[in-house]
Amino acid sequence: MPSEEIAKSASAAAHLEAETPRSLVVRFPESDPLMMDAGVPVGPLQIAYQTYGTLNAAKSNAVLICHALTGDQHVANEHPVTGKSGWWETMVGPGKPIDTDRYFIICSNVIGGCMGTTGPASINPSTGLPYGLDLPVVTIKDMVRAQAKLVDYLGIDTLFCVAGGSMGGMQVLQWAALYPDRVFSAIPIAAAARHSSQNIAFHEVGRQAVMADPDWQAGRYYENGLKPSKGLAVARMAAHITYMSDEALHRKFGRKLQDRSAPTFSFDADFQIESYLRHQGSSFVERFDANSYLYVTRAMDYFDLAADYGGSLAQAFKGTKTRFCVVSFTSDWLFPTSDSRAVVHALNAGGASVSFVEIETDKGHDAFLLDVPELLSTTRGFLGAAARARGLA
Amino acid sequence: MTEAQRHLSDEAIRADARVDLLLIADMVQRNARVLDVGCGDGTLLRLLSEQRGVDARGMELSQRGVNDCVAKGLSVIQGDADVDLQDYPDDGFDYVILSQTLQATRHPRRVLEHMLRIGRHAIVSFPNFGHWRIRTQLMFKGRMPVTENLSYTWYDTPNIHFCTIRDFVGLVNDIGARIERGVALDRYGAPVRVNAPWWVWNMFGEQGVFLLKRKD
Repeated sequence: MPSEEIAKSASAAAHLEAETPRSLVVRFPESDPLMMDAGVPVGPLQIAYQTYGTLNAAKSNAVLICHALTGDQHVANEHPVTGKSGWWETMVGPGKPIDTDRYFIICSNVIGGCMGTTGPASINPSTGLPYGLDLPVVTIKDMVRAQAKLVDYLGIDTLFCVAGGSMGGMQVLQWAALYPDRVFSAIPIAAAARHSSQNIAFHEVGRQAVMADPDWQAGRYYENGLKPSKGLAVARMAAHITYMSDEALHRKFGRKLQDRSAPTFSFDADFQIESYLRHQGSSFVERFDANSYLYVTRAMDYFDLAADYGGSLAQAFKGTKTRFCVVSFTSDWLFPTSDSRAVVHALNAGGASVSFVEIETDKGHDAFLLDVPELLSTTRGFLGAAARARGLA
Repeated sequence: MTEAQRHLSDEAIRADARVDLLLIADMVQRNARVLDVGCGDGTLLRLLSEQRGVDARGMELSQRGVNDCVAKGLSVIQGDADVDLQDYPDDGFDYVILSQTLQATRHPRRVLEHMLRIGRHAIVSFPNFGHWRIRTQLMFKGRMPVTENLSYTWYDTPNIHFCTIRDFVGLVNDIGARIERGVALDRYGAPVRVNAPWWVWNMFGEQGVFLLKRKD
């Protein structure tokens, strides 16, 4: 099959995932909608999720994993669209730090996403067509409330742990603030309690790239099958740069040329880094919906946890019994250590039990997804101690 | 770990712990809230939480130390006593401990003041630069002292603010704190005779351990 054909069939598969995901699914009827921060209900609500391991009789060993901007519920299984392994298999699995032999692990696709939870590519019941931009703008709190509905549905009262990196870490913090009694321990990794101006700026560049693509068609591209692939690919390319550190880029690519011995004096991808970014862009559009990209980046931009608590982050965590393990990475300039320190400072001021590790690595923001031994050992140690405190065998 | 194994490891903790750590642990009331600044690999934190039922938190500069602590299930924050103590609210703890770290801080006075702001009590242990071995090295060799416990040469030592026991007592007076208990330990870790005069402490104590209280 020519590569264009493969891309087409992969996109078709991605679109199918939004409606009928190859995943566990729960549907809440229109009579049981999700009240959104935007002030309107969304219903019916579909949540696509995956679970690993076994829930114990006391229902005390459940770990909720929150995925990042372009992640999904396929934490530790083959991805149904790309065929690649799960996005956090370094962390989650039998004998891994988040051990599927000990814990019952849940991960759901966020609301606004495109892997089966209600999002812009889902059918709007009032029109029979995909929502497009008619879906209300989604917030991190909306994502967390949707997850709480799923956790309720699974009959779980208190989560043993909520863990996640980047936007997943934002959800972890929101969980701990919104449902302090339902979170025994929390691991926010490479996260922040609010999105910085610089990060909003990067997101805006990405969204403008999508919306500048004529195939975007004001978000109504589902109907005629033309997708804003070029715009979304550019958005992904720009974003991908922010996930890596200068050192890592230099180590991996330097100024090396791609399959050639001299520059071509053209605008072809002469450099390996160009070729790499183009590949990242084109493979991303096969699995991700452009409108979802708008919605989920917007959710991150709107996140400012302290704002809900009179501007005091300490107030958000006041009196919390949750044990926290905050992790940052030295070379992460997207969610720098200072962001994590602000969270730690607030937790301390609120008297919370908190550990904080800044891990030395040159892998940048993406380090939370990668095989970084200190991250794995920290998580293993923290969870092991929390499990003893929780009385888990 | 089985119960028996854990019990054995508790014994091991107590047996392995430095004498000054045991002394510090005995100065802390049961079930208190404690912050150990410069907690290293967490030996004292573990001693406190397992033997004194203390809600023990730590701060440590080295990533390795923090990782060791977190892996043991201790609540430890990566941070620097000179920089990060200011982020802690007033009265958050009953005790703030600084063991064998004061001499390595950039601003010992400020650190001590923060400790007494954050905790009602502060416990400080430090090497005594007035010990007779140190004095004699300086006196007779004319070179910066290098001893078994202070084994660094002058140019690579992290210890930038040495003091004697008398110097420390002077600082405590200057910042208006009260000494509730003071102990000097000789080189074997045994307390110097309690009723001995100050100059004896200052001469024969290899380290000082002080329990301080904020003056009301």
